[in-house]
Amino acid sequence: MAISRRQLLTAAGSTALAAGFSFPAPAQGSPIKLGSILDNSGLLDIYGKPMVMATAMAVEEMNDTGGLLGRKIDLKQYDSQSDIALYTKYAQQLVREDKVDVVHAGITSASREAIRQTFRRANTLYFYNVLYEGGVCDRNCVITGTTPAQAVEPIIDYAMKKWGNKIYTIAADYNYGQITAKWVAHYVEQRKGTVAKTDFFPLDIADFGSTIAKIQDAAPNFVVSALVGGSHMAFYRQWAASGMNKKIPLTSTTFGVGNEHLALSAAEGDGILIAGNYSQEIPDAANKEFLARWQKKFGDTKIVHEIAISQYHGIKLWAECVKQAGSIEREAVLKVIESGAKVDGPAGQVVIEPKTHHASLDIRLMLVKDQKLSIIDTAKQRPPSDTAQYCDLSKNPDENKQFEVKI
Amino acid sequence: MDYLAVVLLEILYMIAFLALISAGLAVVFGMMRVINLAHGEFVMLGGYATIASWKAGINIYVAMLLIAPIVVGAVGLVVERLIVRFLYGRMIDTMLATWGLSLLLIGLVTLIFGNTAVSVPAPIPGYQIGRYQMGGYNIFIIGVTIVLMLSMWLVLRYTRVGLIARGSMLGPDIVAALGHNPRTIYMLTFTVGAALSGLAGGVLAPLTGLLPSAGGAYIAKAFITVITGGAAVVAGTLTTAGLFGTVNQLVSFASTPVVGEIAMLALAILLLRLMPQGVTGRFFRNST
Repeated sequence: MAISRRQLLTAAGSTALAAGFSFPAPAQGSPIKLGSILDNSGLLDIYGKPMVMATAMAVEEMNDTGGLLGRKIDLKQYDSQSDIALYTKYAQQLVREDKVDVVHAGITSASREAIRQTFRRANTLYFYNVLYEGGVCDRNCVITGTTPAQAVEPIIDYAMKKWGNKIYTIAADYNYGQITAKWVAHYVEQRKGTVAKTDFFPLDIADFGSTIAKIQDAAPNFVVSALVGGSHMAFYRQWAASGMNKKIPLTSTTFGVGNEHLALSAAEGDGILIAGNYSQEIPDAANKEFLARWQKKFGDTKIVHEIAISQYHGIKLWAECVKQAGSIEREAVLKVIESGAKVDGPAGQVVIEPKTHHASLDIRLMLVKDQKLSIIDTAKQRPPSDTAQYCDLSKNPDENKQFEVKI
Repeated sequence: MDYLAVVLLEILYMIAFLALISAGLAVVFGMMRVINLAHGEFVMLGGYATIASWKAGINIYVAMLLIAPIVVGAVGLVVERLIVRFLYGRMIDTMLATWGLSLLLIGLVTLIFGNTAVSVPAPIPGYQIGRYQMGGYNIFIIGVTIVLMLSMWLVLRYTRVGLIARGSMLGPDIVAALGHNPRTIYMLTFTVGAALSGLAGGVLAPLTGLLPSAGGAYIAKAFITVITGGAAVVAGTLTTAGLFGTVNQLVSFASTPVVGEIAMLALAILLLRLMPQGVTGRFFRNST
């Protein structure tokens, strides 16, 4: 066994304590460091800004109630400006210079994959709090967002029963869209439907004229959109401008997450079907109190969206685990996580599945109406069963890959 | 049959889009040989001027057709007086200065409006061709572009102002000798170019969301259209916009919009290799 300098010092310290020396314990007073990297500006800031606010709010709430384990929490928040290169840079900074105790970071799946291995190598516990394409199997990484089995399957199920079995998929052209489109095809084929066509679009494409004509040519029963970011919002606008929103139903796995329903007028957005963990319309007291606190701190609650809530859940969940573990050490916290840690948040209960480090969540089927996400159905505690098909961290704790569905 | 009509309309729209975003640059670069790297930001400013005045309750058509070009024209005038006029004939210096200007404008707009996508809904409803629904607003853009190109051509070709403007680009000394001040003409031309960019930004605002960095999406397309077009402002812009728009949309329909853009860029490279002086350097040589 190799003895590190830290272990040696600890050992020396405890010997000193045992020997009856009294000296001020520095660890007790020094703050716990929580690192966060999010896109607070640029193309993806429609997602990032409310997440940054939720992060600040969660940390402030903990500090106002005495911190964690009697220590204050020091938030290191970096703005990655919608630039992947800045993610890797700040990830290095968090582990090397700031030496943080935990990281809650990343929005797009591309950003997550850019930084995940850095935290794994540095043994820094990493939370990714965003809905995504599923399949990440990494013991160092805890995920509190929804996966396709949670958000895509209910949409496909509901929409195919309601509208028919011919589907057209449009998706963002990076790992999130590519893999989500595969899951869409998987669930559609499971139900004996067909995917007429799948089109992918880079994040800066804003002209969808030819696509809208092609969709009409294929004449699907409904369209599934996994589009991402500010430019792609042009699709919904052009779709409505051509009057298609009255002709072919539109469903989405991402709509609303960037507050698209607020950027579009009611006439443009009405009728889009989505599924996810959060809507501001959730009638529970936990949600109402959360929104009231947000209102007090930031004023406008309209911008609160699902992944801001996920980020809030993630931080609260981590804090809960630290409290139970009585330590901020990675192994101790992971042990609590792997005992099925849970936390109650604005969107209901979040329970970590020990095998996958993903969360079981309440999933709501929602319809866009008057710039609001009105809930039509809620499924309590839906498990991330897609990832669970492949990933078992209790059996293979050293697994470090992202599984994809084979179609 | 109706599918053909849809494809044709999308091609027309793409041609109109390219001609519209290139018009201002064609005037500034094509006539004055000033490489304005802040061109995309002028377009972006037109969009923001439109959205801001629409939010203030002004009629959307007044906002995009009048206010956007006036605001951006005024910005262009200030820019010409403060920066560009000292740099005529110094191409590299102009590039550097206008690039700095583009960063400054992005920063200023971010400060004022925030780095967040904003938008206005399209004011024209969709319509039907056979079994296809089409965006009605695209027709409006095609219409605006036709009127714009026609009036540019008429002004440059048949009016005294147009003659003087063209003359001072070819031989400023001679024009000066005839009693016109080339400096004033340059100033006005730059202002008109900026106003045209503002008009483009205003008219396009309802179709796409706007970010302070939106200019980047326009500038590359505008430059390849104008440079490949060559010396003739109207004929050059129209020829290349026609070629690029057709190729882009046909390929987009056959595969995806991404491949469509690649095909358009490949065609631009090919054309510039064959005709380094631009299309109008070889064909339509005496056109405007």
